[in-house]
Amino acid sequence: MDITVSVNGAARAASVEARKTLADFLREDLDLTGTHVGCEHGVCGACTVIVDGRAVRSCLMLAVQAAGSEVTTIEGLAPDGALGPLQQAMRDSHSFQCGFCTPGFVMQASAFLRAHPDAGEQEIREALSGNICRCTGYQSIIDGVLLAARRSREG
Amino acid sequence: MPVKLPHVEYEVPATVAEAVDLLAEHQDEASVLAGGQSLIPLMALRLARPAVLIDINGLGEMSGVSVSDGRVSIGAMTREYVAEESETVADAVPLLAAALPLIGHEAIRSRGTIGGSLAHADPAAELPAVALALDAELVVRSRAGDRVVPAAQWFEGYLATSRRPDEILVEVRFPAAGPGTGAAFQEVARRHGDFAIVGLAASLTLADGAISDARLAFAGLGDVPVRAADAEALLVGEEPSAELFEEAARRATDGIDPPADLNGSPEYRKKVAATLVRRGLRAAADSARHNSARHNSARHNSARHNSAHAHERP
Ligand SMILES: Cc1cc2nc3c(=O)[nH]c(=O)nc-3n(C[C@H](O)[C@H](O)[C@H](O)COP(=O)(O)OP(=O)(O)OC[C@H]3O[C@@H](n4cnc5c(N)ncnc54)[C@H](O)[C@@H]3O)c2cc1C
Ligand code: FES
Ligand code: FES
Repeated sequence: MDITVSVNGAARAASVEARKTLADFLREDLDLTGTHVGCEHGVCGACTVIVDGRAVRSCLMLAVQAAGSEVTTIEGLAPDGALGPLQQAMRDSHSFQCGFCTPGFVMQASAFLRAHPDAGEQEIREALSGNICRCTGYQSIIDGVLLAARRSREG
Repeated sequence: MPVKLPHVEYEVPATVAEAVDLLAEHQDEASVLAGGQSLIPLMALRLARPAVLIDINGLGEMSGVSVSDGRVSIGAMTREYVAEESETVADAVPLLAAALPLIGHEAIRSRGTIGGSLAHADPAAELPAVALALDAELVVRSRAGDRVVPAAQWFEGYLATSRRPDEILVEVRFPAAGPGTGAAFQEVARRHGDFAIVGLAASLTLADGAISDARLAFAGLGDVPVRAADAEALLVGEEPSAELFEEAARRATDGIDPPADLNGSPEYRKKVAATLVRRGLRAAADSARHNSARHNSARHNSARHNSAHAHERP
């Protein structure tokens, strides 16, 4: 099927099989390999991207279903190579080790903070509870998101 | 191990009537694709192998919340997050409102749908227990017309419902809660967002201090959600008290024979179930008292509660 999807602000047209997931479409057809693929059945959260303003699992959505939608991937958070404020705060907090889970956490946290800029630690923990990290023990990730929230409140 | 999705035909009907025609043609070779949050994992794990996907995501007529004649109708394609944010649901179906935030994680609720959860019928899922507790009605459509199935006749077994292969679930109807109703969904899960090991849907209505309506249904205790009718009968007509709730917990769990799996033994589940009944009833009674007080103070200027029609669309 022929589809056109807006990815990180640019219209991308392609021809894809119906069975191709949005995650594989981003990685294989558009070469946007920042979106990671872990479990491929919705459990780990590594593939999280933002579709029409909401965080979704890109391994549980077909590419054809994204036709006409606005998709934001991790590449879209730093379009000119400079880290966005959430990324900077997470870097400052040493939020990640191997980095496999990173794009998923950043996209989920980014969607969450946009909707709940005043969120506290407990809400952030709940919002990120669907993402799995095998390295950090999570505390540094939570710290990074809290730091980003605080910096944005303080302007 | 999950693998890439297998080859599958993909149909995008423009109307519910077209979707019904496609189901009539393909019968159980086809799967309706709603939020995909259960179906796509099943396909990746090869536990489902439909030849045809009928994608209903574009069917706006199947999504939205509306109220009329004391009933709240929710389109099957209404996304879980949309129902979660709906004021109509919060006001008129407080038990559903309590259960929705417990489903999976935010990113799952972005796509998952009310109808998908009820059609999928996972016995550990929250919404089947809510539908059973509230005597919801499921409306299915085929070429032969609409059929209304009471929740008590919908859930037939593990991931099995009384939906026929040529039927699409179009809507689910809940009775609007009366004043003085309070609800709670209690569950024990490994992590926030995981499927419940045991879950309990509890709703109580208070009239002049006594319980006039009680509804209790468990998730995770068998192949289908389980209603605790004996405990409900005990509660009606009584005033809420710790002793009453203790006795209700005993009655609700006396006859149950929960399954054993990695998450817990039958004894453990039974004990958890009794604890959830005590907690759930306490929480439901507190919220019922709170809602009665709110209702009484708002009685004179409440146009909202009297309006026959309200409509929300995502
Ligand atoms: C990581 C993860 C965690 C989760 N945790 C929970 C949880 O804690 N609690 C919980 O309840 N759920 C949980 N879910 C499942 C989630 O709620 C699903 O959204 C829901 O079970 C199915 O809804 P869906 O719209 O995605 O349906 P789909 O996946 O699209 O469909 C599910 C099934 O229902 C059928 N179907 C769907 N809609 C219709 C219709 N209108 N008419 C006829 N048949 C239809 C499909 O053919 C399919 O067989 C989780 C999922 C994931 C991936
Ligand atoms: S790869 Fe999508 S959730 Fe794990
Ligand atoms: S940093 Fe390695 S998985 Fe999270």
